[in-house]
Amino acid sequence: MKKLWSLRACLPVALMATFLSVLVGCGGGTGGNSEANGKPGIPHKQFADAVHAVMMADRTVYAQHVVDRLKAQESVVKPDEYWHDEDGTIPLPAQMFRMGAELVSENEEAGFSYSLKSKWPLNEQNKANSDLEVAGLDYVTANPEENFYGEEELAGVNYYTAVYADVAVAGACSNCHNSHANRGDDYPEFKTGDVMGGVIIRIPMR
Amino acid sequence: MSQTAITFYIWLCLSGVALWFAAYSMLDDNAVSKSLLLPGKTSHGHYQIEMKCSACHTTSMGIKKDACLDCHEAELKLSNDTHAAKKFNDPTNVERLATLDVRECTACHREHVPDQTRKMGLTIPTDYCFHCHQDVQEQRPSHREFAFDSCSTAGCHNYHDNRALYEKFLLQHTQEPDLLDDPQLPLRLLLDRKATSDDPTSRRKDQLVGAPDGEDGEIKIPHDWHGSAHDFAGTTCAACHGEGQSWSDNVSMDSCANCHDRQFESFIRGRHGMRIQAGLSPMVPGAARLPMKQSAAHDQLTCMSCHTAHQYDTRRAAVDACLQCHNDEHSLAYKRSAHYRGWQDEIRGEAAPGTGVSCATCHLPRMVDEKGNTFVEHNQNDNLRPNEKMLREVCMHCHGLGFSIDSLADESLIDRCFQGTPKKHVDSIGMAQRWFEAKQKKKKRP
Repeated sequence: MKKLWSLRACLPVALMATFLSVLVGCGGGTGGNSEANGKPGIPHKQFADAVHAVMMADRTVYAQHVVDRLKAQESVVKPDEYWHDEDGTIPLPAQMFRMGAELVSENEEAGFSYSLKSKWPLNEQNKANSDLEVAGLDYVTANPEENFYGEEELAGVNYYTAVYADVAVAGACSNCHNSHANRGDDYPEFKTGDVMGGVIIRIPMR
Repeated sequence: MSQTAITFYIWLCLSGVALWFAAYSMLDDNAVSKSLLLPGKTSHGHYQIEMKCSACHTTSMGIKKDACLDCHEAELKLSNDTHAAKKFNDPTNVERLATLDVRECTACHREHVPDQTRKMGLTIPTDYCFHCHQDVQEQRPSHREFAFDSCSTAGCHNYHDNRALYEKFLLQHTQEPDLLDDPQLPLRLLLDRKATSDDPTSRRKDQLVGAPDGEDGEIKIPHDWHGSAHDFAGTTCAACHGEGQSWSDNVSMDSCANCHDRQFESFIRGRHGMRIQAGLSPMVPGAARLPMKQSAAHDQLTCMSCHTAHQYDTRRAAVDACLQCHNDEHSLAYKRSAHYRGWQDEIRGEAAPGTGVSCATCHLPRMVDEKGNTFVEHNQNDNLRPNEKMLREVCMHCHGLGFSIDSLADESLIDRCFQGTPKKHVDSIGMAQRWFEAKQKKKKRP
């Protein structure tokens, strides 16, 4: 009995030690890069891929289990671009994504930033703003199954930048974009499965 | 004593006096000589607290990190700030920010530079939109004829608050009449409560705990309090004056804030109360830059200035209290306006509650929060600059959007306190309508 108890007592300590060793092994943060500085840490690519996976998971859950569910139930609550100003509305998935990006940008401890941009932005502030962003969006548009990775310097800071294809996962996405008043003359007629833009994750390389 | 020693001692004394004078001027907020240290006159928004250097500056006279947001953050949040700093944190904005780092309030609003200070405390040229929106004429061909210094000065756009000026909102409010069919302001909660509450007379006596006894030994009920909002709410003498040994004839603003915290918090963010928030003595009309009545020059502005004890008559606070101090053209014209006639009708009971327009209707507007509660915003300059902030909070309760935009763009009409109709026309609604129609036509093409 005593032996069993001591094992039970040791178990949380052992688990904590294991967790800490994993954390230390990973660098315990977002900026570590074993390739770059020789210290233990997550490679930039692995970190970018990981946070992108979380972003996409959250966004998918919101789209499928909130937005689509409301639609299926013919709820009076609807996603709307002007959700801030209209009763009975909630943000569009892309807006929720962008608001999250703004919150992260205000968090000095986050250690990275991200954005949702497009070659055909409905809002000018969401167009590609650097050569690498342009190249990245071109690449993922042509190669939806692949990601784009690169490094760039902005205002004296080196960044590891990853670009991921942002695909119209439902008809609602392409329909809303196609019928938007802000679409330009060269705006494509999107359909489900098309790449409409890209998620850009940028990590400062210290 | 040698001549050199005498000279040395005189120099020492003078240096000591100079040092004391400088320290006194810097450290004492009420020092008359402090103004000598001001590097320049401050703007209309901050002159009241310019002697309180620490309100904005660090001890080394740098600018505090949150000096602006400490007072203006709530206002910016409410306005759904079109150019919030967080929108510019993307590292690819670095080139834009190199020209004008709009994440810092001081990029556009500097202080102590009176020669460069324009309306709304702007200290850069009014064509600032050009820095980021050079290509607007490609995006919006209808804007080809417009100069960049007209974006924010013609009644079309604001930098921060565009809640009533964005395209879809404009489109939703086309064809509205000048005066809506059912003009109605939000009613204050108290009016609802009054309408549904029992007659409180029966419980008054029990509630007057702590009230001083009258000469005949009966509990003295101040006539002013009788029938007041406090009476209806069951707020007794003790709530404000304390009771027994702690009774005080004077009631501090803290007592008011105990229950009316929302009103107090907004009061100290506005011109009437900002000195209190800065830890200075209350504002007096004699120190204002706007024309004020001489008779009120030395009256300190506290809750009691407008809400005189014990009646707390909000109708008095809504008009007469304002006019006991304000002496400018707009204020003096109010009693000749249709707004005032409507207000009188409401007070006489000849018009429905919420149909009259007092000074407070526009300058201390009734706001409805996210929970549907109505409260009076006591920051009276919250919606003044730019005045389009009034559109949704005030004007559109009674007037169509187009008429409201035009009225607020007509400075002469504002001076006359809206007697007459606007002589200016801002084509925002028409432009939005044409923009959407053109898009629709293009969409329908085969």
